[in-house]
Amino acid sequence: MREFWMSSSPHIRAARDTRRVMSFVIIALIPPLVAGVYFFGMRALILAIVCVLSCVGAEYGIRRLLKKESSIGDLSAVVTGLITALILPPTMPIWMTIVGCVFAIVVVKEFFGGLGKNIFNPAASARVFLMSAWPAFTNAYIEPRPFFSKDWFSVVDGVTSATPHLRKLSEMTITKGWDAIGKLFWGNISGSMGETSAFAILLGGIFLLATGIIRWEIPATYLGLSVLLALLGNYNPAYYLFAGGLMFGAFFMATDYVTSPRTFWGRVLFGAGLAVLTFVIRRFGSLPEGVVYSILIMNGFTPLINSLIKPRVFGKVKK
Amino acid sequence: MKPLFKFRRGVHPPYRKLTASSPIQRAKTPEVAVIPLKQHAGAPAQPVVSPKESVSVGQLIGKSSAFISANVHSSVTGVVKEISPMPTPSGEKVLSVVIETTEDETPEPKPIRNPDELSGEEIVNIIAESGIVGMGGAGFPTHVKLKPPKPIDTLIINGCECEPYLTGDHRLMLEKPDEIIQGIELLMKALNVRECYIGIEDNKPDAIKLFEEKLRGRPIKVVEVKTKYPQGAEKVLIKSITGREVPVGGLPLDVGVVVQNVGTAHAVYEAVILGKPLYERVVTVTGEVNEPKNLLVRIGTPISQLIEECGGYKEGAARLIMGGPMMGIALFSDEVPVIKTTTGLIALPGLPEVRRYPCINCGTCIDVCPMGLIPKMFPILYEKGRFQEAAEEFDVMNCMECGCCEYECPSRVPIVQSIRAIKSRLRREGKR
Repeated sequence: MREFWMSSSPHIRAARDTRRVMSFVIIALIPPLVAGVYFFGMRALILAIVCVLSCVGAEYGIRRLLKKESSIGDLSAVVTGLITALILPPTMPIWMTIVGCVFAIVVVKEFFGGLGKNIFNPAASARVFLMSAWPAFTNAYIEPRPFFSKDWFSVVDGVTSATPHLRKLSEMTITKGWDAIGKLFWGNISGSMGETSAFAILLGGIFLLATGIIRWEIPATYLGLSVLLALLGNYNPAYYLFAGGLMFGAFFMATDYVTSPRTFWGRVLFGAGLAVLTFVIRRFGSLPEGVVYSILIMNGFTPLINSLIKPRVFGKVKK
Repeated sequence: MKPLFKFRRGVHPPYRKLTASSPIQRAKTPEVAVIPLKQHAGAPAQPVVSPKESVSVGQLIGKSSAFISANVHSSVTGVVKEISPMPTPSGEKVLSVVIETTEDETPEPKPIRNPDELSGEEIVNIIAESGIVGMGGAGFPTHVKLKPPKPIDTLIINGCECEPYLTGDHRLMLEKPDEIIQGIELLMKALNVRECYIGIEDNKPDAIKLFEEKLRGRPIKVVEVKTKYPQGAEKVLIKSITGREVPVGGLPLDVGVVVQNVGTAHAVYEAVILGKPLYERVVTVTGEVNEPKNLLVRIGTPISQLIEECGGYKEGAARLIMGGPMMGIALFSDEVPVIKTTTGLIALPGLPEVRRYPCINCGTCIDVCPMGLIPKMFPILYEKGRFQEAAEEFDVMNCMECGCCEYECPSRVPIVQSIRAIKSRLRREGKR
């Protein structure tokens, strides 16, 4: 008698699995990565490689130590590594970066149970960890280096220079700063490696939206409401959007499945909360930025949003 | 522009309707027919024949024993060999009448009744006698649905066939439109309703056009519904067409609707007008077989024989599904008979190595659930044994097991399996 494999319905599956989702995110991160390397040189590329290797290595190591099955095949550690690199200054000292990555993977992700169980976005946590440990280095932004120049090939650590654009955000009222928008859009300006080029971020973000990997609710409400708040707060709205980590955070970090709400209205609320928090931090805080903090704070609200906002059950009569 | 009738959420699996243009062919009469006495929802029928007795095609062999039950008829002319428990597609052994065919007889039934002379009640009685059950795969006895305890104002005929691969209903609509329409009119009379819609997915434009032409000027309206799985699920179709929502834990009759499949309408025509009980049905044999076909098959025909008629399995075939690939059941063997609910037989390749990942809270399962549930919660609740919470907080009983969530889940979490486990636990505990 011919024997058959048994399976439980549904007997067919969509092709997209977690590994493929992560691969798509990696592809989407390529434009900001390329922009970062183009503007800041080899040092930026080395930083990215170091971050990816230390995240993957940390995940492999800790799971081995905890006698758990290796999970590096799901590629989520690669994503964390890339994002961490892209939100750091290109000249961040290597050893500090490694410490940050190990913190992100071991403490923020694996200590909470690994992929899917972490409450906070690992990359954002790494950035905040490094900011509190070595603030002088996390705020040491370099000016873009001419492509293929001698400087472009330089690989030395942490050359400090002032952070020109972010400090000036408070001075960028509606009428000012429009001359810098072109530079900000293309990314030819000092800043974190992957955050400067709004153009590259949009390329990656549109790719993620078009392939259905991320949904539009979070970036749309976050960015849309941010523009509104910028206008209300008398900021140059384009400057407000393109300077700093807002664009990158909205597309690549706030949309992290694990740490963001799972329903439509939950995501809308999440995006709105991010916009308000970012505005409050930028307007009233002593920090120039606020995107990663906003994301981490809203991450903390995600379980609450998930339990408050549920889809309407078909055929359920409102009580 | 025509309004497109649709519902929220759902998925778009690849349809792979390989047999959409293959006319229905009559399958060979089996040498031995194994006819289970329970092929429907409800209580099994009681045998009314005994071993060594001669039976003819269409003769009653199992009598309905309860309110929710159905008669069973012989599909061949022959001699009863034995009456004993035999394996069935569900994996369960069911008391079955085994009949050795002595004569390959294919009766050519002729109209014996005039529909105008029949009352609604008479129609329901003939349907009950003829052992008709829901032909869409659920197998609920049709006559029970035609005696609703609440007032009904709308009859919906389900011609969606939203499951991938299956084409039996589609072919039936193209080849037997007049018979189906007569069947629908009989159903309307039995239910005493004036309003009737036939919902057909817009991936079957030929069937839509044909029925629109045939139904011009009649009270039955063709509704072109969006091609999306699970459009053909009862509750979903009612919502798409009438906008009414069957309440949680309720039945279509709670919103004044009865839904019947096109195949059922056809069977009703045959039973009432031709006096032919339900002993054969259309089965789509497809997937990894060499010549996929739509076959008119006598109930009790071994599945292996149909596969042979379709040129045998292709090399890669490793699974055999009865029903559609989204909601059908996997068969452990092809040495089981076709029953009244066998809509299709699909040979599928083996499962590619399924790599499971932890749930990443992506929310896809929520985005596709037509019932508005949070499917990702069920595997977690099952593992923790929180069955009551699954029922009370997360409405697990509202799940119809359409499989959209698990189909799309990128982490390959066995969601539907855990839902079934929770439901059976809850039923066992007797709490709803």
